Amino acid sequence: MTDLTWLVPLPVVIPLSAAGLTLALYRRPRLQPIVSVTALSLVLVASLTLLVVVDDGPLVVDVGDWAAPVGIDLVADRLSALMLTISSAVTLCVLLYSLAQGRDDDEESAPISIFHPTFLVLAAGVGNAFLSGDLFNIYVGFEILLAASFVLITLGGTPDRIRAGTIYVVVALLSSVLFLVAIAAVYAATGTVNLAQLAIRLPEIDPGVRLLLQVLLLLAFAVKAAVFPLSAWLPDSYPTAPAPVTAVFAGLLTKVGVYAIIRTQTLLFPEGRLDDVLMWLALATMVIGILGAVAQDDIKRLLSFTLVSHIGYMVFGIALSSDAGWTAAIYYVAHHITVQTALFLVVGLVERVGGSTSLTRLGGLAKMTPLLAILFFVPAMNLAGIPPLSGFLGKLGLLQAGVDQGTGLAYVLVVGSVVTSLLTLYALIKAWNKAFWQTPETAPRPGRLPFGMVAPTGALIVVGLVLTFAGGPLYAYTERAAITLRERTPYIEAVLPDGLRGEGESADATGEDS
Amino acid sequence: MTPNLVLVVTIGVLFTVGVYLLLERSLSRVLIGVVLLGNGANLLFLVAGGAAGRPPIVGLEPEGRMSDPLPQAMVLTAIVITLGMTAFLLAMAYRSWQLHKHDEVQDDVEDRRIARLAARDERATTDDDTEDSGPSLDEEAEEARDETDEGVLPGSASAARPTRSERPEGGAR
Repeated sequence: MTDLTWLVPLPVVIPLSAAGLTLALYRRPRLQPIVSVTALSLVLVASLTLLVVVDDGPLVVDVGDWAAPVGIDLVADRLSALMLTISSAVTLCVLLYSLAQGRDDDEESAPISIFHPTFLVLAAGVGNAFLSGDLFNIYVGFEILLAASFVLITLGGTPDRIRAGTIYVVVALLSSVLFLVAIAAVYAATGTVNLAQLAIRLPEIDPGVRLLLQVLLLLAFAVKAAVFPLSAWLPDSYPTAPAPVTAVFAGLLTKVGVYAIIRTQTLLFPEGRLDDVLMWLALATMVIGILGAVAQDDIKRLLSFTLVSHIGYMVFGIALSSDAGWTAAIYYVAHHITVQTALFLVVGLVERVGGSTSLTRLGGLAKMTPLLAILFFVPAMNLAGIPPLSGFLGKLGLLQAGVDQGTGLAYVLVVGSVVTSLLTLYALIKAWNKAFWQTPETAPRPGRLPFGMVAPTGALIVVGLVLTFAGGPLYAYTERAAITLRERTPYIEAVLPDGLRGEGESADATGEDS
Repeated sequence: MTPNLVLVVTIGVLFTVGVYLLLERSLSRVLIGVVLLGNGANLLFLVAGGAAGRPPIVGLEPEGRMSDPLPQAMVLTAIVITLGMTAFLLAMAYRSWQLHKHDEVQDDVEDRRIARLAARDERATTDDDTEDSGPSLDEEAEEARDETDEGVLPGSASAARPTRSERPEGGAR
């Protein structure tokens, strides 16, 4: 078999180089989109290839030829390849959408020249976080995507963007500091930040210290993933950003946190001592999030709350600590990225046609633009988990895994997720009825639906449907990914091929173990 | 490994002051808080790397007496990141000052909405059994600085905004 490890760094390298190129081309607004669309398409192709290739086993690249325990390495296994594929598909769709929006709008609201480089840097940061094989590189990936997201959320510097941005930036910085403290503690306790080596060394240290490290890491990631007590910042920050920005944030940024939780929980702390705590957190995230959504009268805010709520499902799957639970959680992450992004894009279209996202002002859209009604209805039902859509498959998997677990707490969670699902349905039907069927108080000035914006939205919804039709093979894939996560050895052996030490110059340069 | 006591105390002070400043309402104080927190974390990372030793150059020093270069490399990265983030936060504080003539962090939209709902419908938050015990949370939230009321909430901004006189009088918790 040919050696395909050169594919692994591409999802980071291509967007970063393209970001530099688009920055250099800031005076050529016609060339910028060509560069960024090409770059993200290449990333999508590379991720799809990786998805197929790593099914045989993880691929590892030692950056700069410094071998594993000392150098930085990028690891692609089934989980990261799947996340990369979904996220690159989503970023590409959102980029096309925002391009069409920029073309269609007047000059003032068109994306300014900084948009393309920033968006590409965001894509690179997400790729880096998914691929990196050590904790500190995950931190760097987080910081890359956070820096890009700061710029995107305050793009233009209008008063409400600044207001939303302040909270977002301060919370993000705080979680970064927490993460750094966690890494420092991990390094002090084990003398390494390499995930594979940590997996070997962590079981040897004091269980109390291990628990502390686990709590610190979970805290840092839970802020990013918006798990309940640490989720208050999200519904206030997201809705003010432009629709494509909100969409990509909702789809990807929280999922990077979820990915980090899955990775660390399975690889570093497989004994699952915090599973009960995570279960309660999952329940609180689901129920309180969805209650927030029910109370909203603005579609964007409503969707932000459903985003928080559905993070609970993924945490539930992770907390089950079984193959079935992880399988369902990974499937649910993939499903949720596409659906939530699609919904935010549709709401961007709703805002464009109806002139508002407030449910008290909107009305009668179904008669005006039946196409938009369908575009909203499909992902909305998918989010609520109506059979046979992918949301149903993911939720069914979670419920089944919960019932298999058989503990009292798992049954409470099963009931909680069913209730949340029904409440999601209620909230979305309310939004659907008010926006599309009620008689509007004042006749809205009808806007147009530009094809360039409808097509990427439609494509994303189709991806969501593909997750349903390809549910069998995809579920089998996530199951294999979950089994890899449980076994751990393929990952560790791929990163550290010679047992505890990797080969390379670094092996003789460092002397004894730090 | 026994860490240096002075450094540990310094880290503690940096974190304490940083957290205190982070809870302030003014964005420039928050910024200073973030800087202090970041420095505290970087210092913590250095201490976590073990005691200071000889320069880590192979051939010059016996390997056992070298200091560990890895945390220093990582702290350097973290310092650069903190610097970039500080610059961004500073720019944002300046923009906020440009827009509003102050740089205070504004109210959460949700808090304001709840305060407004409470002001409109006294019954919903008043319990007949409880005695009036000074200004309630609702009243305080409503009094809080509220700069962005125009146009931030396309929907609810048009809803009848209660005048000061409509404020509930016995809004106990």
